[in-house]
Amino acid sequence: MKKTAFEKSIDPASQTLLQKAENEGIETAWDRYEQQLPQCSFGQLGVCCRNCNMGPCRIDPFGEGTEKGVCGATADIIVARNLLRMIAAGAAAHSDHARDAVLTFKKMSEGEAGSYKIKDEAKLFSLASEYGIPAEGKSREEVAVELANAMLLEFGKQNGPVLCTKRAPGVRLRLWSELGIEPRGIDREIVECMHRTHIGVDNNATHILLQGLRTGISDGWGGSMIATDVQDILFGTPEPKKSTVNLGVLSLEKVNLIVHGHEPILSEMIVEAAENPELLELAKEKGASGINVVGICCTGNETLMRHGTPIAGNFLQQELAVITGAVEAMVVDVQCIMPSLGGLTGCYHTKFISTSPKADFPGTVRMEFHEEKAYETAKEIVRAAVENFPNRNREKVSIPEEKQECMAGFSVEAILNALGGSPDPLIEAIAGGAVKGIGAVVGCNNVKVQHNYGHVNLVKELIKNNVLVVTTGCNAIACAEAGLLVPEAAVLAGEGLKGICEALGIPPVLHMGSCVDISRILVLASAIANRMGVDISDLPAAGAAPEWMSEKAVSIGVYVVSSGIYTVLGTIPPVLGSQEVTALLTKGLDSVVGASFAVEPDPFKAAKMMLEHIDKKRKALGLK
Amino acid sequence: MKDVIIRPERCMGCHSCEVACAVAHSKSKNLFLALGEEPAPKKRIYVEYIPALGASMPITCRHCEDAPCVSVCPTKALSRDPVTNTVSHNPERCVDCWTCSTVCTRFSSLYQLILVAGCWTSSMNCNYGVISRQIEAGVRCDLCKGRELPACVEACPTHALVFSEVVGR
Ligand code: SF4
Ligand code: SF4
Ligand code: SF4
Ligand code: SF4
Repeated sequence: MKKTAFEKSIDPASQTLLQKAENEGIETAWDRYEQQLPQCSFGQLGVCCRNCNMGPCRIDPFGEGTEKGVCGATADIIVARNLLRMIAAGAAAHSDHARDAVLTFKKMSEGEAGSYKIKDEAKLFSLASEYGIPAEGKSREEVAVELANAMLLEFGKQNGPVLCTKRAPGVRLRLWSELGIEPRGIDREIVECMHRTHIGVDNNATHILLQGLRTGISDGWGGSMIATDVQDILFGTPEPKKSTVNLGVLSLEKVNLIVHGHEPILSEMIVEAAENPELLELAKEKGASGINVVGICCTGNETLMRHGTPIAGNFLQQELAVITGAVEAMVVDVQCIMPSLGGLTGCYHTKFISTSPKADFPGTVRMEFHEEKAYETAKEIVRAAVENFPNRNREKVSIPEEKQECMAGFSVEAILNALGGSPDPLIEAIAGGAVKGIGAVVGCNNVKVQHNYGHVNLVKELIKNNVLVVTTGCNAIACAEAGLLVPEAAVLAGEGLKGICEALGIPPVLHMGSCVDISRILVLASAIANRMGVDISDLPAAGAAPEWMSEKAVSIGVYVVSSGIYTVLGTIPPVLGSQEVTALLTKGLDSVVGASFAVEPDPFKAAKMMLEHIDKKRKALGLK
Repeated sequence: MKDVIIRPERCMGCHSCEVACAVAHSKSKNLFLALGEEPAPKKRIYVEYIPALGASMPITCRHCEDAPCVSVCPTKALSRDPVTNTVSHNPERCVDCWTCSTVCTRFSSLYQLILVAGCWTSSMNCNYGVISRQIEAGVRCDLCKGRELPACVEACPTHALVFSEVVGR
């Protein structure tokens, strides 16, 4: 049964464009999902192994057929190994992004990437001291070079611990070390996952999962955290600012250039180049009234957080943006970019420009980006978009009206600032019961869930019950589109939370950045736990990923739980083929790291589970 | 009547049809929930590997027009519905004599093939072709009563199974 546009998304702008796609006979992710149905059960359960060439092997989930792979691997072993590989891939994606950011930082410090500057000097020096780099008598560039080198060492380190794990509360650190899951080096853990899952190495589900936890921690408290830190130095630490979201931010009169993907390194330059007078002049010549740079996914979140650049949508809106017919250039870097964009942009005048040396897609114009001439490349890209403006086919253009105000830019620094410099007011609000707890809601979109339905309903339920929500990634964009990221949304919050938001002039849902920036949530949780003298697992806090789909999300889930935060997943991970792994994730982990996973597709029930957990933690802390 | 038509040359051996069949005959009708059910849901379609051909072949009841299994059944546990034209099995009357399984034409044509190809597949020891001896699960394909499209047909990624009108069998 074909789903209608209304059943595919809760967002009116997306519904309009889904309808347009249908009328024009354009295929979207939803159509391709329907063509995949029913999806392979072996894959859904995680009981298919392709790790060697005696396979592929698969286990009969109903116990009538094969119970073991050729090598003797059981469902438990196969599921655990597959999960470990997902974690490794997710951690690799974040950490490789981080490495590139550090390399840019290093080139800048050495004077080889002239387009970049140190935007947050205070953060540079505070990080330098955290990394044990003395600053006296050195120029800030010298300090920066040393810091860049020290950060690079974190990747290749063999005997850890990964330095930023020190930001975790002492009790948590000791727990990790006792369990033997303190990450030793970022790359080392990822490589070890691949080694352990080779045929005939690690064949004990629990033992395999422990390496999964360690790899997750090396992502959250390593790769991701470094990415956030170094991007703050280079591009500035975000501060609250207003902007607009949703497909309606595309402009009828201006050249529309979309930056999509995950790395702010190039997009920062594009934002700058779009203000270049010469290019603005060219835009006028071509009949446009200006240049409109907007974001999608986390590249969008990065530019939103630092420049207030509007966002056109989240993961499932990338195709819809092109379908407006009003996009001159779709500029992409890495991660979560649908290869379908190639064929799709071909149906319109849109130029599909890929910029990362490590990512390519069918149908792209490659304009590879290198730090040495970042600004020049950015200018070329903007120029290509501007020159494409006259090719826009006015008859095919339809931009939805919907756009929504939002407030973003809540880095930890900004949150503490808003609180007057320390987490104390928030802790008092929690202790007093005005704020019941903190909910961290993050993650992707997934066609298996009505677009934004899980995100928006879960978050609304939480704030209604006085849970302050912190968000990143596609959830943040979903919340923004639903109007939850404005101070006025406080009216949707329970009495206690509403009072706090009104007093501080903040929204009940705080946009903390991109997916890599979930590291900011860890730092915030640590700051609160440290101030209260407890472990993160004692906090009245819970996490959720209502519409997750990527391997990065698996790694994130793992480090959030390893850090002590109970997490509810909205889509079912491919582990149910093993009772042992399922039991470990949903129960066993609790006695190991003080938190576990739960799966609940219904956002209302998921919110209830998070609230119950928060209540339990409040009770344990002696709070009413 | 409409029946599941098998096109063995398209079969990839993925066993998706088997899993889908078991799920369709579970209490919950949901893969994830079916896993925990007692008794475990059972399939009524079998993907057999024919070594000499190096190929796999899904085998399921054809609901034959002359249904020899029905005519030999001593207790009338098997019957053919004159309206829906499907052959069904009533476990309450079944005395486990397995006479039916020895006359199943679907099985005997496979048996012929196996004789020619010179092999015997392992699950044949307990499962005579299309009639499963796992009586508790219902002996065989019911063409997914109540579904628009049989689960196995829906699940097959290569359309090795199609559901269509059978003429002049
Ligand atoms: S590693 Fe074992 S289970 Fe996996 S494909 Fe090879 S033999 Fe099969
Ligand atoms: S069990 Fe065999 S003989 Fe009986 S109806 Fe089915 S295919 Fe025909
Ligand atoms: S039609 Fe239904 S009962 Fe018959 S084999 Fe296919 S899935 Fe099983
Ligand atoms: S689902 Fe189709 S391809 Fe797969 S085993 Fe069954 S008949 Fe063969």
